[in-house]
Amino acid sequence: MVENRPFLTFLTHAFLILGFAVVALPVYVAIIASTHDIATLMSGPVPLLPGSHLIENYSMILTSASAANGLPNYSHMALNSLIMAVAITVGKISISILSAFAIVYFRFPFRQLAFWIIFVTLMLPVEVRIMPTYKIVADLGMLNSWAGLTIPLIASATATFLFRQFFMTVPDEMLEAARVDGAGPMKFFRDILLPLSRTNIGALCVILFIYGWVQYLWPLLVTTDPGYYTLMMGMKRMVTVQDGVIQWQLVMAGSVLAMLPPILIVIFMQRLFIRGLTETEK
Amino acid sequence: MAGIKIAGVSKIYAGGVKAVNSVSIDIADGEFIVLVGPSGCGKSTLLRMIAGLEGISDGEVSIGGRVVNRMEPAERDIAMVFQNYALYPHMTVYQNLAYGLRNRGTPKAEIDARVAEAARMLEITQYLERKPRALSGGQRQRVAMGRAIVRKPAAFLFDEPLSNLDAKLRVSMRGEIKRLQRRLGTTSIYVTHDQLEAMTLADRLVVLNGGRIEQIGSPLEVYHAPASTFVASFIGSPAMNLVSGELHGNRLAIGPAVIELGAQAPASGPVTVGIRAEDLRLARDGEAALPLNVDYVEELGAQRLVHGQVGDQMLTVALSPAIAIGEQLSLAIDPARLHFFAVDGGRRIGEGSVPAHASAPVAQPV
Repeated sequence: MVENRPFLTFLTHAFLILGFAVVALPVYVAIIASTHDIATLMSGPVPLLPGSHLIENYSMILTSASAANGLPNYSHMALNSLIMAVAITVGKISISILSAFAIVYFRFPFRQLAFWIIFVTLMLPVEVRIMPTYKIVADLGMLNSWAGLTIPLIASATATFLFRQFFMTVPDEMLEAARVDGAGPMKFFRDILLPLSRTNIGALCVILFIYGWVQYLWPLLVTTDPGYYTLMMGMKRMVTVQDGVIQWQLVMAGSVLAMLPPILIVIFMQRLFIRGLTETEK
Repeated sequence: MAGIKIAGVSKIYAGGVKAVNSVSIDIADGEFIVLVGPSGCGKSTLLRMIAGLEGISDGEVSIGGRVVNRMEPAERDIAMVFQNYALYPHMTVYQNLAYGLRNRGTPKAEIDARVAEAARMLEITQYLERKPRALSGGQRQRVAMGRAIVRKPAAFLFDEPLSNLDAKLRVSMRGEIKRLQRRLGTTSIYVTHDQLEAMTLADRLVVLNGGRIEQIGSPLEVYHAPASTFVASFIGSPAMNLVSGELHGNRLAIGPAVIELGAQAPASGPVTVGIRAEDLRLARDGEAALPLNVDYVEELGAQRLVHGQVGDQMLTVALSPAIAIGEQLSLAIDPARLHFFAVDGGRRIGEGSVPAHASAPVAQPV
């Protein structure tokens, strides 16, 4: 629609800028706060202009042996978060693409039932079924382990559902042509379905990595060993010190750093997306 | 290369619906068979059963003397061309052609040679490194055929391969398929709902209706001696006129008109009379004639189709454009060119007369 109404253009832009400001302001404040020393932050409202302690604060959070009392150092927690996010992403995509493949392309008894059982898990968020899940994980002796941290979060239906919907749009003739060409089921999966799903996998990688990265409640429940602490838990602990002052400048520096991996993955995967799209769109 | 034998093959779906009902066809080595019929007649199902994409409920299919009922499509030594091409979108044309060979463990050098040969034959050599998306419909169709050719199978199976192309391209691709099949001498089964495609491609036509074979024969046999009113109305354009008439001795009454047959009629009583539009001509003075009240005229250039009524029955006549057309026409027909069908069931009565010139290709009005 081509319209030339200056007032409307002005209005829409005004709304967009306003919305952007509302979303971006807290992030801006966090970045600013991470450049001041603790005295400035404690003395009153957070200044809106950058201070002079940027390098000092960031090198402190990255190098000090402990991020706060009783916590492991920052990079250790960041590594934990990374392992967890990657494990969840890889695990979820592998499991869901295989289960979607089974549900769409194989005829077996209770196929529909299997799909619906997977599907109903979508109806309840993790938080609602967290107690029974915790009980099972605890009984299996998986507390304080990578398995306990990641496996319960890997089992979910969202990705299965997405892949199922995508597979159903792949024409049947594709499978038939592959059969005539002598490709068995797994060969068809590897040679045809996987490459076709590339953009879907890319999109899910972004979503699931961020999902894994920002997990807070579950790691908090299943880990008591500080060696397994993730960034999100660590940030929270840094704010809840019993006595003494909260090192806000370090908390803010830590938060800003914790935002970087999701941002990087969005930027990086988006390029993959576009490459995938342009290749098929040519 | 091999013949295909289809013996009493049926497809019965859950609920007892018979999509294909006890069909038997013997296909000779190198023959081009076209399965033709309206949608839902079971022609695609039959083809898919031969390909192994659909289970065979009853009967037996053998390719080159091997019964293939329980074999996977890949083991049947067939290649298939699909209506929507079914090219692998993420592979280049070369990879598309090579995929089946690679799965068979063909040596790399031979794959290269065969792909190059097929590409040259189909004139797609310059597109080998492209993705299917970068090709036009006709080029994709060639790639789909190339994928079949490189395998050097015992038989080609075509499932309405031209119906996604525009009319002009369809005609040229039709010629190309025919030429290619002649050259390779590979047994082929081709499914289409387009009677013109069927007529021009087939060595033998198999006309299907409701899961049963209505008629098997060469295109001209089917055209000149349709076995039933269904075949008569399906094959040929414009469709054969089917009017009701009555036979008495050696005379035929159609509405108010009476035609002398000059010989004893093959039956007596009410019949369905089939008349090809091009078999009718203007009656000479004093000749017994069918009076036609003209409704409207379709100009086709080389000929004109005159639609009108005899009594209260519709009739279409193909006439030369040189003939002036008034409100009413008197039409005559060579009695030998009349077709008679039973009113009940529509089966043909009597022998068909294939004219002497029938061996020459029939010019098909489009």
